[in-house]
Amino acid sequence: MAAEKKPGIFTGPLWTNNPVVVQVLGICSALAVTTQMKPALVMGISLTCVLAFANVIISLMRNTIPNRIRIIVQLVVVAALVILVNQILKAYAFEVSKQLSVYVGLIITNCILMGRLEAFALGNKPWPALLDGLGNGLGYAIILFVVATFREFFGSGTLFGIDVIARFVNESGYDGYQNCGIFVMPTSALILIGCIIWYLRSKNPDLQEK
Amino acid sequence: MSNKLNNFIHEKIAPNFEKGGKFESLWSVYDSFHTFLFVPRQTAGRKGVQVHDSVDSKRVIIMVILALVPALLMGCWNVGLQHDRALGIDDGWFMQFLYGFVAFLPKVVVSYVVGLGIEMAVAAYKREEVAEGFLATGLLIPMIVPVNTPLWMIAVATAFSVVFAKEIFGGTGMNVFNPALVTRAFLFFAYPKAMSGDAVFVRTGSALCDSPIEGTQVVDGFSGATPLAAVADNTFNPETFSTFDAFIGTIPGSIAETSTAAILLGALLLLVTKVASWRIMLSVFAGGAVMSAIVGAFSENAPTVAQQLCLGGFAFAAVFMATDPVTGCRTNTGKFIYGCFIGVMVIIIRMYNTGYPEGAMMAVLLGNAVAPLIDHYVVEANINKRAKRIKA
Repeated sequence: MAAEKKPGIFTGPLWTNNPVVVQVLGICSALAVTTQMKPALVMGISLTCVLAFANVIISLMRNTIPNRIRIIVQLVVVAALVILVNQILKAYAFEVSKQLSVYVGLIITNCILMGRLEAFALGNKPWPALLDGLGNGLGYAIILFVVATFREFFGSGTLFGIDVIARFVNESGYDGYQNCGIFVMPTSALILIGCIIWYLRSKNPDLQEK
Repeated sequence: MSNKLNNFIHEKIAPNFEKGGKFESLWSVYDSFHTFLFVPRQTAGRKGVQVHDSVDSKRVIIMVILALVPALLMGCWNVGLQHDRALGIDDGWFMQFLYGFVAFLPKVVVSYVVGLGIEMAVAAYKREEVAEGFLATGLLIPMIVPVNTPLWMIAVATAFSVVFAKEIFGGTGMNVFNPALVTRAFLFFAYPKAMSGDAVFVRTGSALCDSPIEGTQVVDGFSGATPLAAVADNTFNPETFSTFDAFIGTIPGSIAETSTAAILLGALLLLVTKVASWRIMLSVFAGGAVMSAIVGAFSENAPTVAQQLCLGGFAFAAVFMATDPVTGCRTNTGKFIYGCFIGVMVIIIRMYNTGYPEGAMMAVLLGNAVAPLIDHYVVEANINKRAKRIKA
């Protein structure tokens, strides 16, 4: 793990070692918050911040944390950061924070977070830990954003809340168009993530199981 | 004559599609049409023991399509009949049939073009034979949707189902869920407004699209609701419509699943030719009948047992959907359990889940999901039984 080169630490999780579509972590929130693009974007940024800071803090403390209680220590650090993020969202983006509801709080239990803290931050210096946190957070954010774009476009006919489909359909004079309800349901996120995994694996033979 | 034609095809046309030919990449398309129209030329050799049956899956599927014809014809007529009733006119059974047929035909064309298009593209990409499964699916899809379903919705749903219910699992014969029902389930969840309610099952406009015809008006007090929608609303009264109408199929409903009589005619053909399993068919009806009797005993205005079996898609699901050999159970005992499970589930979903007026689609899909599990335990039980015999 520590033998990875520095650029790999940051760029790897963005695509070829993506936490969502390669390691299949953090799926629950990817299904829950991707109905609209705005909450998905905010969620992605929030997780990136929490993950980057938590990684750095745990990495700084890595030699002093007793092995037996390390999970508790990690949770305390993450919980503190999540509460901070939650308060900031409530103060500056109240609408979005209402849409995200419990999912910001649930960043505490996000598998990507615990996974990175356990697997990387506990064994690496702060600088690589920061890069790793940013990379994994952004990798998660990218997938969320792509999935949310499809879901909002086909499910609600909008992009960032701006009516796109309805505008064109109304101009053409056809009134039979309906948005596809499946894209509003979490099922569609699973199918879309499945499609991304499918694409990634067909491009990348290393990921195919024999 | 046919020999000459056959020779011509083999000498002049076939080489173009074989390796090195001009249209090499279209080989799977050529092969699919050729094997569809002609008996394959290769025959078993003279030496050795050969078990050969001329019934390959293309012929089996043609049998299914033949069995669908009565239900299809009745369905087309019923579409016209409901249209006439809604407008309070009567222009004879032939015009009614023609109206229904014109409304039905574009849906078939769309479903075949989209579905076969994707299948052929995939087959050409993999350089495999085009599998024949879609021949039946393509006809089933337009038969189980409401007559007012827009064509583009059918196209989207068919594409979804062929890619995500079939090709992803490895194509014909490998799918876990019945593709025709996945298409309908997709439509049901994606476009609920177009798939239920009282405005979609009876077409009041012109045959090709639902825009109103000039000078016509829908009869006062007309409701296009299906009897099952009334059940879901708790407004159902078993005495308001005759069981005979439901059996013959002159009630509003999806295009070809209203006529139980015509479906049973198709069932007869499937059973005589042994294409479908009598075990599954019988146990679906038995499970449904028992469950409706139980429901009827607890609720006052539930449909009678006979009505339950004639209403909605029950008979169609029992005869054409549950008996799909790919997605159903393989073991004989398993087939009975699988059938009963579906029959019971249809009635439970229909009566106790007011969100879904009809349970046939859900019940069969659920049955598909548990079929491998049922098979597993049946086989396991058999192994245990025989193991005990050895010890004794």
